Amino acid sequence: MNFDKELDARGLNCPLPILRAKKALAEVASGQVLKILSTDPGSVKDFAAFAKQTGNELLSTAEAGGEFTFFMKKK
Amino acid sequence: MDTKKMAIIATKGTLDWAYPPFILASTAAALGYETQIFFTFYGLQLVRKDLSVLKVSPLGNPGMPMKMPFGPKWFKSINWNMPNAIQSLIPGYESVATALMKQTIANNGVATIPDLRELCQEAEVKFIACQMTVELFGFEHSDFIDGLEYGGAATFFEFAGETDICLFI
Repeated sequence: MNFDKELDARGLNCPLPILRAKKALAEVASGQVLKILSTDPGSVKDFAAFAKQTGNELLSTAEAGGEFTFFMKKK
Repeated sequence: MDTKKMAIIATKGTLDWAYPPFILASTAAALGYETQIFFTFYGLQLVRKDLSVLKVSPLGNPGMPMKMPFGPKWFKSINWNMPNAIQSLIPGYESVATALMKQTIANNGVATIPDLRELCQEAEVKFIACQMTVELFGFEHSDFIDGLEYGGAATFFEFAGETDICLFI
């Protein structure tokens, strides 16, 4: 998937992946896509909840070898 | 849509209990909540300039696992809890427990309290210190970080009365 910015939140734990994502989203324009890497298993539900509450769209969630990849489109 | 609001009363002054208010407040701010924390009684320790005053005490805290943050996995999984009567006799027990807790926090990619507090401030979480307890405990305003407001119960209710979420921690 194409993306405009990447955030490496691997090794970070709650609530840092969300806080960093919020910051990274502030640096892209509306409609642009942020790719987020995380190793926090809690971040799967957290990013879904974050998207629902902020109106940013979670395009996809994938897991491979304990690593999670999210694509989020800015509102 | 109206902005959602959250208010927290932070009343605990230990390293472990410093986490819930700052984690919830920073996350709420990231979710777009207007957020305020009212620091009162021992919670005032969380807005001191010097955060090294925050310690964790296993004494009288049977829920706290005492595990080593280093060594092989079997060693790390041992729970070293011991009776209060013995803990209380060992000099520096709290300082050692605090150092071990800080190491565990770092090992797990959990933010430090100074970092989380700064993230809250960057996200414009409003900090209010209870003026009555500042005086009660003999603190000076110079003991606390900049950007604090000082007020009392009425100040808290002014904002808390309009919130969607209000927590006492």
